[in-house]
Amino acid sequence: MADIALPMPGLKTADGVPLKAALARANRGAQLRAFLLVAPLFAFILLTFAAPIGQLLYRSVANSGFTTHVDFGTGVRTPIMVNVRDWFAANPAGTEPDEAAFAALVADLRHGGEIRALGNVGTRINYDVSGARSLFTSAGRRAEDLAPPFRDALLGLDADWARPDLWTAMREAAAAHTPNFYIAALDRKVDVDGSVTRVAPEQRIYVPLFWRTMLISAVIAGLCVLLGFPIAHLLATLPLRYSNLLMILVLLPFWTSLLVRTTSWMVLLQSQGVVNNALVASGIVADDNRIEMMYNQTGTIIAMTHILLPFMILPLYSVMRTIKPTYVRAARSLGASSWTAFRRVYLPQTVPGVGAGVLLVFILAVGYYITPALVGGASGQLFSNMIAFHMQKSLNWSLAAALAAMLLGAILLLYWLYDRLIGIDNMKLG
Amino acid sequence: MKMRLLATSALASMTLATTATAQDKEVVVMGWGGAYTISQVEGYHKPFAETSGIRVVSVDSDNPATPIKAQVEAGNVTVDVASVEYADAIRLCDEGLLEKIDASILTPAPDGTPAAEDFIEGAVTDCLVATDVWASIVAYDTTKYADNPPTTIADFFDLEAFPGKRGMRRGAKINLEIALMADGVPAAEVYDVLETDEGVERAFAKLDTIKSDVVWWEAGAQPPQLLADGEVAMTTAYNGRIFFAAVNDGSPFGIVWDGQVYELEGWVIPKGAPNLEEALAFIAYSTGTEASSAAAQWISYGPPRRSSESIPKTFQGKGEIDMAEHLPTSEANMSNALLSSYDFWVDRDSELNERFAAWIAAN
Repeated sequence: MADIALPMPGLKTADGVPLKAALARANRGAQLRAFLLVAPLFAFILLTFAAPIGQLLYRSVANSGFTTHVDFGTGVRTPIMVNVRDWFAANPAGTEPDEAAFAALVADLRHGGEIRALGNVGTRINYDVSGARSLFTSAGRRAEDLAPPFRDALLGLDADWARPDLWTAMREAAAAHTPNFYIAALDRKVDVDGSVTRVAPEQRIYVPLFWRTMLISAVIAGLCVLLGFPIAHLLATLPLRYSNLLMILVLLPFWTSLLVRTTSWMVLLQSQGVVNNALVASGIVADDNRIEMMYNQTGTIIAMTHILLPFMILPLYSVMRTIKPTYVRAARSLGASSWTAFRRVYLPQTVPGVGAGVLLVFILAVGYYITPALVGGASGQLFSNMIAFHMQKSLNWSLAAALAAMLLGAILLLYWLYDRLIGIDNMKLG
Repeated sequence: MKMRLLATSALASMTLATTATAQDKEVVVMGWGGAYTISQVEGYHKPFAETSGIRVVSVDSDNPATPIKAQVEAGNVTVDVASVEYADAIRLCDEGLLEKIDASILTPAPDGTPAAEDFIEGAVTDCLVATDVWASIVAYDTTKYADNPPTTIADFFDLEAFPGKRGMRRGAKINLEIALMADGVPAAEVYDVLETDEGVERAFAKLDTIKSDVVWWEAGAQPPQLLADGEVAMTTAYNGRIFFAAVNDGSPFGIVWDGQVYELEGWVIPKGAPNLEEALAFIAYSTGTEASSAAAQWISYGPPRRSSESIPKTFQGKGEIDMAEHLPTSEANMSNALLSSYDFWVDRDSELNERFAAWIAAN
């Protein structure tokens, strides 16, 4: 319901109500009806999409491994490491742990050992300080036998208890809500003096991988435009009978399982695969010098371009169908060459479709992980593979959530930029 | 039209009726898939279902430790028994995600030896009962190296004498150990060396020498596939999968036992499993001498019970191929073997895997 601009502000309806207010009231009814129609879908999306994903992303700032113990059998939640946390609250960062700190730690280790919470505590600290896990679990087993002075007793068990980075990690973990996972996701860590520094060069993965993902996705989007534009143009300009047939050829792979398509690329592109065998048989390539197109970046780009091509072709096709051929004919009749007519008359009219296709392909490519996992090898890994690694192998869900939130943030930023530069209203899906 | 409607609704209600009556007891068992699951189905699931009448549902995963952690934390457990690696079992048990298994349910050996003495060292812990000893070995294509087959772990890293691509499991575990062993560290000292920073550097430096020729695999079924495709000439693999491919499919695969890294794996019960009684009964049956020997006839993973050594095992019971020489634990294969240290990996897993991921991604 567009707002109708009223030329005379003092206008009133027959029963004396200002026209503007009466119009607003009438509109409200229509808006309410419209909202009620959408409400079930909205609730569905909220329940099945926003709430679970929101919960997972919440894990990126909240990890209660050091603060709460959950008994999975009964569901009871117990606060743990309370004394150490109190000591941290009472003493600012950088304070050397004294006898009181160690006494608090031993008390907490005893409590944690009883309720079997130290495994989780150790795992949480192990994210930052390697080796912490067995430190906590073994200390928990022997905490009962420790006698004051606790500092010497604990250091007698294991000298690692005096490490300043261990105490820094514990202080950071003491707050259930922490930005530390985002810090780790940006290849940084919190130093003993509280400053944020970059990790050692051989530990930096996420930022370089992020840029690599953006670059590869841009390349894939570009390739899809180059390959999809002529196909869409052909489909749009052929008579309906032929274009329908060709459209089936575009849609059929689209409806085929993703895994089937990916593994068939493996068969085609691997060293002993169809393409290489054909090249060797025709003598273009020597047998021991076969082209490596699989298990590297090339494989990722080729397979993903093929898989994402329909997402480019379909919006382009829809837009091109609406472009009247008379404009190009008019340009030609006015003396423009083919190329000029294409460049200055046809191309600008397809921009909404190209924009839609590029945005779609780029966003899908950035989030893809199955195809890079299967055909990417080492150099074709994308950012989502790291997220999958932390979800499935290292089971560090907080870090996985932080990485996912980073990706989401980057995409939203790009979307906003696209809106400012080109305008979302200029995008047409058909 | 009316007759068609009547007929289809009659058919539909018939199928509903038949499914409604199938309410037997069941136990859901999660395995690793492929040839390993086949061995479990033949060795455990089928005989157990016959003798006890409890239906066994088999599900697969690339690494069952992950889905059961997810299920327990989400409070929605659908798996009763899962097969996990030793280090994962210790870790999950410490985190309170597994049910404790009372060792008294385990069956004694046929000659009466109590279970506690019959199982090998470390096979029974609070939450885990071991099912087999498996090993990560180097498998190679015999057609590529017909006259000069590789015999030691150092040959895996020798690209000149043994040209061809290599396959390795994506992850730090096992790869760092074999890198050090290939670099000359004796098996007994591998973890001492790996504890130090220089040791880790040394392992990564050795891996660097072959990095550009490596194809990384994640699922256990991939190495035999990569070898068969000709994509790699040598690859690390789970020994049972290679044996199964060589014997069942007749593939030309050879195994280098030097430098094998062996480990226990076994059954665990996720906390909150829906069929706890049936799960315990299944574990008691499948870890018995008879059942574990039966499973060892289908895949070359060694049973963790001393009493099973005396039971002759041939492949699929056909009497043609003796399994004894294909097991990781047989004398001939143990000359330079390394027992994977769960103590080490439970601590250093996160850090080394992150370092490994950075190393792989760096190009």
